[in-house]
Amino acid sequence: MSFKDTGLSEDKPGVGRGFDRLGIVLWTLQAGPVIVLAALVIVFVLIAPNFLTTRNLQNLIAQSAIVCALGLGEFVVILVRGVDVSVGSVIALSTVVVSVATGIDDPSSGAQIVLFPLVGLVVGLFNGLLIVKGRIPQPLVVTVATLGIANGAALLVSGGDTRTGMSAVVNWAGNGHVAGAPVSALFVLGLLGLLWVLLRKTQWGRWLYAVGGNPDVAQWLGLPRDRLIISAYAICGTTAGFAGLLYAGRTGAASPLAGLGYELDAITAVIIGGASLFGGRGSVVNVLFGALIIGVIGNGLQHLDVSSFWAPVAIGSIIIVALEMDVARKWVETRIRVRQARRQQA
Amino acid sequence: MISNPRLAPNPEEAPLLSVRNARKSYGLVTALAGAELSVRRGEIVALLGDNGAGKSTLIKAISGIVVLDEGDVELSGHKLNLRSPGDARAHGIETVFQDLAVFDNLTVAENFSIGRERVSPRWLGPLGFLSTRNDTASWIEHAQQLTVKNVSPQQEIGLMSGGQRQAVAVARAVAFASSVIILDEPTAALGVRESEEILNLVKRLPDRGLGVIIVSHNMDHVVRVAHRAVVMRGGRTVGGMVVTPGIERELVAMIMGAR
Repeated sequence: MSFKDTGLSEDKPGVGRGFDRLGIVLWTLQAGPVIVLAALVIVFVLIAPNFLTTRNLQNLIAQSAIVCALGLGEFVVILVRGVDVSVGSVIALSTVVVSVATGIDDPSSGAQIVLFPLVGLVVGLFNGLLIVKGRIPQPLVVTVATLGIANGAALLVSGGDTRTGMSAVVNWAGNGHVAGAPVSALFVLGLLGLLWVLLRKTQWGRWLYAVGGNPDVAQWLGLPRDRLIISAYAICGTTAGFAGLLYAGRTGAASPLAGLGYELDAITAVIIGGASLFGGRGSVVNVLFGALIIGVIGNGLQHLDVSSFWAPVAIGSIIIVALEMDVARKWVETRIRVRQARRQQA
Repeated sequence: MISNPRLAPNPEEAPLLSVRNARKSYGLVTALAGAELSVRRGEIVALLGDNGAGKSTLIKAISGIVVLDEGDVELSGHKLNLRSPGDARAHGIETVFQDLAVFDNLTVAENFSIGRERVSPRWLGPLGFLSTRNDTASWIEHAQQLTVKNVSPQQEIGLMSGGQRQAVAVARAVAFASSVIILDEPTAALGVRESEEILNLVKRLPDRGLGVIIVSHNMDHVVRVAHRAVVMRGGRTVGGMVVTPGIERELVAMIMGAR
């Protein structure tokens, strides 16, 4: 057995060495979202005169914060090979339920803050339990059903009316600024940090990655697969409830039509952020970049002499690029694996 | 002459693990119809049989993935109640599954310690924090014992060759097995040299006082590592024999039902 060409000490069991050129290609593919975002920002700064103003950036970031909050939970679900299209309807349902349950000028505004994620949690648990315990292996269909139910429930609870006015704390969360930074953005960053710690630093997080990587092996090895998947949907619902909080604060109203179509932006943010639809891969941090890419495209085009109808076309194109990068990543990984095997045979 | 005479256990010794009258049906299909199997401490038993003979179901029953309709699994004379893979692991029974049971998206060290990570603080349970240093140290220690070479703990396992991946899967099972280790076609997906390394690893397992059950279609591999072979056909155990060089044809005849 010879590993001389790898410059590796043979008598040191359990230790190998890193990669070279293919490794760099792989790293670049993984850094894709950051590179795309940086490129977009540079282009818009150069060609759109009003893009780089404090007011515009604040606006852009606050707008992206809602998509990012949704995307964070969506990421966890996609991580375990699922998908949740009901997150947009959670925005509507949570705003309406909170508004009706607490009244607009309720002094217990603290309760409102808790109630938003709680509504989301209930919807998320409903999704997770249906998929796992109800043994319906098509999360898309299940959550489409939930989307309908939650939208309908929002209309029923509100009687179809939009109620204006939210408590001061909710308004602050959606519209306030701390040292120039939108509170909503800080809020989402906190949420992001929390999820990052959960996913990367705790046992539960590693198990979520494991279940996404290979659900069968996870079960064979005795990991609590069902509970892990249910928890992913619960987390997704909860973050959607937070998005509802930010949405209500930003618009100052509870509308049964709030958040319509936001689920697509959330899923797009996750995919552009480089998470694999095959599960088990990606970093929750990249959801932030995914959400910002969507925000920058939409916002940047507004500042150009271009029809805003181009925004979905641009975002769609970027989704395709992201998917192709995922394919390319797989190809590079296969090459690395083949080379490893060849080295061993050498 | 036994292929591995130094390590062959005394045939009079009581079995470490024994399966009696194992029965399992899936609707109208009978997978096991009274299968028997036993393995002693320090013994490598090859479980042979054609496709559909019931080998997979039998080892899945021992590893707690399949719950038997009827029959007993005993460890050191005590009847086990195996309802889940966790039950089997709690009794020191570890299994390496056929299709390279590793998580491609995790690193070597993560794969090695998955499901048994040490977390702190403990009262947080699965929400406790992991220590990469612990996982890495534990992997390096066991890799050293098993002389698994050239596998970096921080490398993603999806980027490694079949042999390296299988070596990690075997190392994980070995590290945590305290009684029985089951290897389901450990060399099926591997090249010649990689198979060689895995077989060498398997041969050393009895030194650790483990009972080893190996399922393989490769007669050459069976003869080289196993002390004893048990043949299954149609969900039943149809015979067993001590493995000696040149016994391959007899075993094949038994598998085919020509004997």
